[in-house]
Amino acid sequence: MKKIFALIAAVIPAFALAAGGDVHLDKHLTDLTDNASLQRGAQTFANYCMGCHATSHARYNRVARDLEIPEKLMMENLVSDPDKKFGDLMTIAMTTEDAKQWFGAPPPDLTLVARVRRPDWLYTYLRSFYVDPSRPWGVNNVVFKDVGMPHVLADLQGVQLKGTAQVAVGFDTLTGQEITEEHHDVLYLAEEGSLSASEYDKLVFDLVNFLTYMAEPIAVERERLGWWVLLFLAIFFVPVYMLNKEFWRDVK
Amino acid sequence: MSKQQNTLMGWIDDRLPVTQTFEKHMSKYYAPKNFNFWYFFGVLSMMMLANQILTGVWLTMNFVPSAEGAFASVEFIMRDVEWGWLIRYLHSTGATFFFIAVYLHMMRAVLYGSYQKPRELIWIFGMLIYLALMAEAFMGYVLPWGQMSYWGAQVIISLFSVIPFGIGDALTEWIRGDFLISGATLNRFFALHVVALPLVIVGLVVVHLLALHEVGSNNPDGIDIKKLKDENGKPLDGIPFHPYYTVHDLVGIVVFLMIFCTVLFFFPEGNGFALEYANFEPANGLKTPAHIAPVWYFGSFYAILRAVPDKLLGVIAMGAAIAILFVLPWLDRSPVRSWRYKGWISKIFIVVFGFNFVLLTWLGTQPATATLTSIAQVASVIYFSFFIGMPFYTRMEKTKPVPERVTGGH
Repeated sequence: MKKIFALIAAVIPAFALAAGGDVHLDKHLTDLTDNASLQRGAQTFANYCMGCHATSHARYNRVARDLEIPEKLMMENLVSDPDKKFGDLMTIAMTTEDAKQWFGAPPPDLTLVARVRRPDWLYTYLRSFYVDPSRPWGVNNVVFKDVGMPHVLADLQGVQLKGTAQVAVGFDTLTGQEITEEHHDVLYLAEEGSLSASEYDKLVFDLVNFLTYMAEPIAVERERLGWWVLLFLAIFFVPVYMLNKEFWRDVK
Repeated sequence: MSKQQNTLMGWIDDRLPVTQTFEKHMSKYYAPKNFNFWYFFGVLSMMMLANQILTGVWLTMNFVPSAEGAFASVEFIMRDVEWGWLIRYLHSTGATFFFIAVYLHMMRAVLYGSYQKPRELIWIFGMLIYLALMAEAFMGYVLPWGQMSYWGAQVIISLFSVIPFGIGDALTEWIRGDFLISGATLNRFFALHVVALPLVIVGLVVVHLLALHEVGSNNPDGIDIKKLKDENGKPLDGIPFHPYYTVHDLVGIVVFLMIFCTVLFFFPEGNGFALEYANFEPANGLKTPAHIAPVWYFGSFYAILRAVPDKLLGVIAMGAAIAILFVLPWLDRSPVRSWRYKGWISKIFIVVFGFNFVLLTWLGTQPATATLTSIAQVASVIYFSFFIGMPFYTRMEKTKPVPERVTGGH
């Protein structure tokens, strides 16, 4: 009982579900320069997502190069299909027909999902599944109502319910004890998974970080180059400005 | 005319009027010396046109114009083609900046009465360029074959279906080349976007410039500089375009490029305005997006369309909003050109019109809630009253005397 209570206190995304309105999204502090995070994200993606979701516009070798994963390591651990070559597109074996039968709608390609949905949405979505026996897979999602996807990370996260729970709102400054309030329509963990709540958050963070990289692999290089371009233009501005000033000196 | 018979240039000039043309349009083309900030946007529009054509040519090398291949080929360009991402962003961000430059260029004409006699044809050609540019941008946006490409095209083409007597439906079918937006539509839009319309636009730009150089440039004071000439027949307030305005425009170009590159390299999606987020999802004819929004540069006219509750009347209102721009030279009855010397009614109307257009543009990109629709209705009325009232308020109001010589020069 005590354990359950501690978990409830550690409730993560405390959603207030406004009727018909948009759900609050937790901020994803994307860091595309954190290679370790991107590598962990790639690992989670390969292990949990790629069974159903392809990233068919991306190639293994590009991911390996960008994330500094050695070819051998990549092929052994992140490529499950033995027929795949290092330079191949990251497609999957599941056919659209099968997928439609199994899930109602084929699982979408995720190459660009972070550009369509934005990182904040993904970060919140993957942490917002809750038990709902009325749904085919037994789960529903706060961010994506009646989603056709099962909660594939449930073993890691645990059993999340939606309802009334005690939510930690702060700490008493004198005693250091947590102050809790009763909230309705919030998500809370009824049973712990193999990861703690904060570990699970981190796993999802890394996964979303990877998906954001995946949506635009050039992003880091683009910004790096951008500074040089702006620096060039700033320097070029000086002679251009002086040339103009010199010519216009004789215009009265 | 060629005095240097023995030089290479002389040899060419005897056969092709290179020097003569350069002199006529550059080194001996006299432009008023008091051009200000607003006068950068003509050359900037031309620069963006060049950018679109060059990057467009390179995009064509890898783009696959088919419903099956288009979306994937854009991602192929973004990922696998060397520098493909830069060429693509130059083109997509370029479209946004092209329209920014063109809109400011048009606003300049409104401010200083550059459309007035004898520059009516320059304005008409400019409007034709704008019309062709809208068609060009619309068709270009369909090509990546994302959700907004598809559904945006669906909405815009369906506008033609309001034409009565069965013509509308037949016309939409003829435009699409199919019963719905499909690969056939994509293919023809590709042909029009990369071949037909660029030719039309470039041709119109040439005529626009020829007409301009025939009558000479207007200026912020709206004065005819050809009235006062020196003993050599050169306008007293004029300076040769080259080198004065070539070096001057270069400053504007560098500053503009800094802003352009900031967006391109750091915010290529332009917060969802330059590249709409929903367009990163492949076109799906069975899945209508919750909110279909045009790209920002069509926002104003889309807002006017939605402001009218009836579809047919809405389309008419939208068409009228564009058409009325064509007759602007004949709506302005003011004896002066520049707003500097017009009366206070014109001044207020011009400022309100400018901000109102920005407001309409924004409204067009937002979901049509009851409040926003009401605002769009008021803004549409303001838009039209600027034009419809113009023949009256420009004649009624008291104008200020226009000076003989240009002011505020260098």
